Amino acid sequence: MPMELSFFIEVLIGGLLAGMMYSLVALGFVLIFKASGIFNFAQAAMVLFAAMFIAGMNQRYGVPFWLAIPITIVLMVGVAWIIERVVLRPLVNQEPIIMFMSTIGIFFALIGFAEIIWGSRSRSLDVGIPQDPIFVGDMLFQSYDLVAGAIAIVLVLMLAVFAQRTRMGRVLRAVADDHQAAQAVGIRLSTVWVVVWAIAGFVAVVAGVVWGGNLGVQPVMVDVAFKALPVLLLGGLTSIHGAIIAGLIIGAGEAMAEVYLGPIIGGGIDNWFAYVIAMAFMVYRPEGMFGEKIIERI
Amino acid sequence: MLYRESGQFKTTYAADQAMLPIRQDQIFLALVILVAIAIPFLVSNYVIQALLLPFLIYSVAAIGLNILVGYCGQISLGTGGFMAVGAFAAWNLLARIPEMPPLVAFVLAGLIAAGTGVLFGLPALRIKGFYLAVTTLAAQFFLIWLLQRPWFVGYSPTGVISAQTIEILGWRIDTPVDRYLFALAVVIIIALAAKNLVRSATGRKWMAIRDMDVAAEIIGIRPMPTKLKAFAVSSFIVGIAGVLWAYLYLGQLEAEAFDIYTSFDVLFMVIIGGLGSILGSFLGAAFVVIVPIILNTVPSAIGLPLGTAMISYIEIFIFGSLIIFFLIVEPHGLARLWSIAKQKLRLWPFPY
Repeated sequence: MPMELSFFIEVLIGGLLAGMMYSLVALGFVLIFKASGIFNFAQAAMVLFAAMFIAGMNQRYGVPFWLAIPITIVLMVGVAWIIERVVLRPLVNQEPIIMFMSTIGIFFALIGFAEIIWGSRSRSLDVGIPQDPIFVGDMLFQSYDLVAGAIAIVLVLMLAVFAQRTRMGRVLRAVADDHQAAQAVGIRLSTVWVVVWAIAGFVAVVAGVVWGGNLGVQPVMVDVAFKALPVLLLGGLTSIHGAIIAGLIIGAGEAMAEVYLGPIIGGGIDNWFAYVIAMAFMVYRPEGMFGEKIIERI
Repeated sequence: MLYRESGQFKTTYAADQAMLPIRQDQIFLALVILVAIAIPFLVSNYVIQALLLPFLIYSVAAIGLNILVGYCGQISLGTGGFMAVGAFAAWNLLARIPEMPPLVAFVLAGLIAAGTGVLFGLPALRIKGFYLAVTTLAAQFFLIWLLQRPWFVGYSPTGVISAQTIEILGWRIDTPVDRYLFALAVVIIIALAAKNLVRSATGRKWMAIRDMDVAAEIIGIRPMPTKLKAFAVSSFIVGIAGVLWAYLYLGQLEAEAFDIYTSFDVLFMVIIGGLGSILGSFLGAAFVVIVPIILNTVPSAIGLPLGTAMISYIEIFIFGSLIIFFLIVEPHGLARLWSIAKQKLRLWPFPY
């Protein structure tokens, strides 16, 4: 294989795998937006929160990972319950922008709380995913990215099975479809919201482990989640598979841009490149690739 | 008994349409302005630097964003980017054209920010709501990246450049008191202009678009010019706030100083203060400036043995919780509490 081509494929695959990681964060957003129409900015903080608890428990108290991760999942369920009780219930039926701002409040409260307990120093989070480089021909891949990609795929499959095959999944889909109709047939919205936030919390735990294992657990991790936002837009706020596909596109596009476009116009463009892709696409199709068509009535 | 409009008869249309129709309000505002002018001579330079200047400058930014979010209904998270554009435009104009008077440069910087705002406002014609909010993040990240390119920072190796000293008609703005008075003058001009603008035909068009854009379009309001006008005016004011922030508060320019958290802070002020209220912009700015300072001083004042790191964590936590608390107590912001209080005062001592 010629050198340029194998380098191209290497960059492409690396980008795709990085994109899977963005999808992991975006998934949590989509779940909550679908079920409650809330644009949950705190998802990024939930990822950091989960990662800080796992890494903190492991390093300060020597709790093994097989125990720390379930404890954190239980904790996230508790967080979901508190959020529903304290924040969502009093604010029900408020305008979307108010709900959005309240999730920014949750964002700061969660980060502050995690820092009060664990401090803001950087911790490593090594759950045993191999970090070795793998050579295929003369192409170089990181085994970590491959494992992370596999985890993302498993998670998405699990969510799909949950949504399609279980009773709770059907309830969630009903609520996503029409709040009032779902309530009319006897679905309790408050329970559903706790469940949805808990699932988003579970997704955050997975994302936190995968991200934290790669980059270390530190407060800057939240910024990485800003990259999940364009993924979300490009895929459409209401589409789970949209989040995955958009993650792949953005990951690959970003890697390509950094390698081929970066040297021409100066480095560091990966901060905004994804946003520009998303923005350009949205002007063409405002609801994203797979989002529900926005119908406006008077 | 003090606050009552009975006996104040309007004899002209102009009096009827006055910005503050009730005499007590006029007197109150005049008092506030007098106190605002007197206050820098009564407090220490530290208070001016740490409290009053950020409050004034953030108020300008909040007024700018309130026009876009509160009056026209277009959520923007790109405020920091537009502030940076204003600041860097002013620096480059002054550095590259030495004979340019600073005031002209500041206004031009505002206009450049307005142009940038219009450019990034174009997607608003197709994209609405949260989708728009996230696309404005494109402006935030792209502009900050762009302003770190060597040309914009005068090839300074660190990316940090110091602001030129400003001299307006022989008045050298140097001491904290000077800076405060200059900022105060800008705030008063901008607040009056904004207040009158939102009462005009333009402002009513913005509100129509905000309340229901399709309906507004049907009654003959053209969405494109209206939305773009909101982006232009908002970005102009936000750009001016950026100029003030760099020249009066920081004294230096650094693109990183206008990061995404600046945008969030300004959005907080608008929402906590009250969407669609100029007064609310001031109240929100006061809240966001004062709360962290209180949170910072209270633990040491009551003798809690906490490290500075711990205090900053608790500060983040309480700040987030307070936002949630205020949204729950009054989703329409502090300005709404203010108007409720005024209404009660009007009827006092009767309940209704």
